[in-house]
Amino acid sequence: MLDKSAHLNPKLYEPNIEQVPSRDGFGEGLVLAAEENDQIVGLCADLTESTRMQAFKDKFPDRFVEMGVAEQNLVTVASGMASVGKIPFVTSYAMFSPGRNWEQIRTTICYNNQPVKIIGSHAGISVGPDGATHQALEDIAITRVLPNMVVIVPSDTIEAKKATVSIAKNGKPSYLRLSRAEVPVVTTPESPFEVGVANVLTEGQDVAIVACGQMVYVSLLAARELEEHGIKARVINCHTIKPLDKKTILQAVEDCGAIVTVEEHQIAGGLGSAVAEVVSQEFPVPIQMVGISDHFGESGEPQELLEKFGLNKEAIIRAVTKAIRLKRV
Amino acid sequence: MSALDVHQLEEIAVKIREDIIQMLVTAGSGHSAGPLGMADVFVALYFNILNIDPKNPTDPNRDRLVLSNGHICPVLYATMAHAGFFPKEELKTLRKLGSRLQGHPHRETLPGLETTSGPLGSGLSQAGGMALAGKMNQAKWRVYCLMSDGEQDAGNTWEAVMWIAKFKLHNLTVLIDRNNIQIDGFTEDVMPLEPLKEKYEAFGWHVLEVDGHNFEQIIDAFNQAKAIFEKPTVIIAHTIPGKGVDFMENDFKWHGVPPGVSNMPGEPPKEEQAKIALKELRTLQGKIRSEHE
Repeated sequence: MLDKSAHLNPKLYEPNIEQVPSRDGFGEGLVLAAEENDQIVGLCADLTESTRMQAFKDKFPDRFVEMGVAEQNLVTVASGMASVGKIPFVTSYAMFSPGRNWEQIRTTICYNNQPVKIIGSHAGISVGPDGATHQALEDIAITRVLPNMVVIVPSDTIEAKKATVSIAKNGKPSYLRLSRAEVPVVTTPESPFEVGVANVLTEGQDVAIVACGQMVYVSLLAARELEEHGIKARVINCHTIKPLDKKTILQAVEDCGAIVTVEEHQIAGGLGSAVAEVVSQEFPVPIQMVGISDHFGESGEPQELLEKFGLNKEAIIRAVTKAIRLKRV
Repeated sequence: MSALDVHQLEEIAVKIREDIIQMLVTAGSGHSAGPLGMADVFVALYFNILNIDPKNPTDPNRDRLVLSNGHICPVLYATMAHAGFFPKEELKTLRKLGSRLQGHPHRETLPGLETTSGPLGSGLSQAGGMALAGKMNQAKWRVYCLMSDGEQDAGNTWEAVMWIAKFKLHNLTVLIDRNNIQIDGFTEDVMPLEPLKEKYEAFGWHVLEVDGHNFEQIIDAFNQAKAIFEKPTVIIAHTIPGKGVDFMENDFKWHGVPPGVSNMPGEPPKEEQAKIALKELRTLQGKIRSEHE
């Protein structure tokens, strides 16, 4: 049963639910944040329109910096600007930033502790036809291991907008993971959102499903089907991978006794690993992880790829079934 | 800080080189050649060029210095101590547990550092970012960036070279320590850089060349750079790695090791290295008598 305090989209289970890429919400949020704070600057590595920095560029041309195809320079220039009091938002595709420039992010932003906001668009398998070279499936892993870094994977465009406004004010190095593809709008402007606080979307005591990004929507679909079979799942939107909301997760494992994680990312090192690190040490229960199993992606339509790589309702239901079975062993 | 004459600057540089040897011996690891080679440039900056106040290291109007090749930090730390940023006594904590003087500079531990550095090739970009932010704020302060010649191998460096020229960041002055060595050998064997001056000119930079041990030339070049408005300026400073210690000079074997740690063919025995180095520095390589004799 849906938790009313989550204020989810009333059209959640309807076929005509709005579908919007989460990068759109970032673009709107950046303009909003920049109107409030004139120290915000935007840097982009030759992908201004597709990373949705265009609206910021149009509105604040003097605060926009075109970097060309140079992602190492992108983040290190941003580090320098941050040291003088600017709040730089830097955009590219996640594969190239934080992919190509990881060491520069580690040393000059995280170790140096400068509040640069790294915006990785086109993350996940749902990038689609561009194929595996452009499908970042490792970015959560490589950012969450960095001390000082905040890592956020919004579930939809509304949450991406809220996250953008929020990280503009947090004074910390931050990574925001965005989708290229249109994804269902799960939340509403009224939905609670706070960095570091996971949101419980459905009430349930049989199993906890912890998801991020567009897999939150798929998890809700799975939960509805499970309910028809008498299994009540607690779906948790874990939009902040770091700092992880240990309290909400540990409460869920205590109440449910089994947990399933769902992400559009390699199982190795992602949300599932982050959750397992906490659960295995604090309150061990059966855990199953839905994600990419040590594969690269390939070309195809987003939905075809999600099906092929097992990021669908059926895979979540299988994982839930197994987690509950293991609980009874 | 009142302007010092060249003779006074030279005397400070000798003291700083002695401190570098002693710091490295105490630490038991670290780089020798680069710090000795850059002592004169550092003294020129901290005692003549930079608008900084050691008692107010976070002054928003201060000049910013970025040391891109962080591995030569013994010379940075020794110069900062002599300039009054922290007690000279602290120099012997270099590379020790709990020290503010990390093996490579870390901004958050030591007031007066503008950035964390060490991994080569990313300092120029940071300096460029500071310069652009300064320009956006119509600030009067300048940015100085020191780089090694070895890090001209790095792609990140040339991304920054192109980008800084695009924005004509004339409030930034870069100095390259052209000492011709890197860890694996001579730069022209490891990865040829020449013609370096022409490369920078082709990328839209104003290039000056100086003898990196001649204070008048170093100071003149930094001051000249302030008057160039159409382009960013890079000073190629020709230095002698290991400068002041005969057995270290121009020898890439001394790039990444301290005195007193290893016996090397053709070099003084390890027990003698520090003593000989200090004596050479104090006697200006045998030209004068040491006050310690």
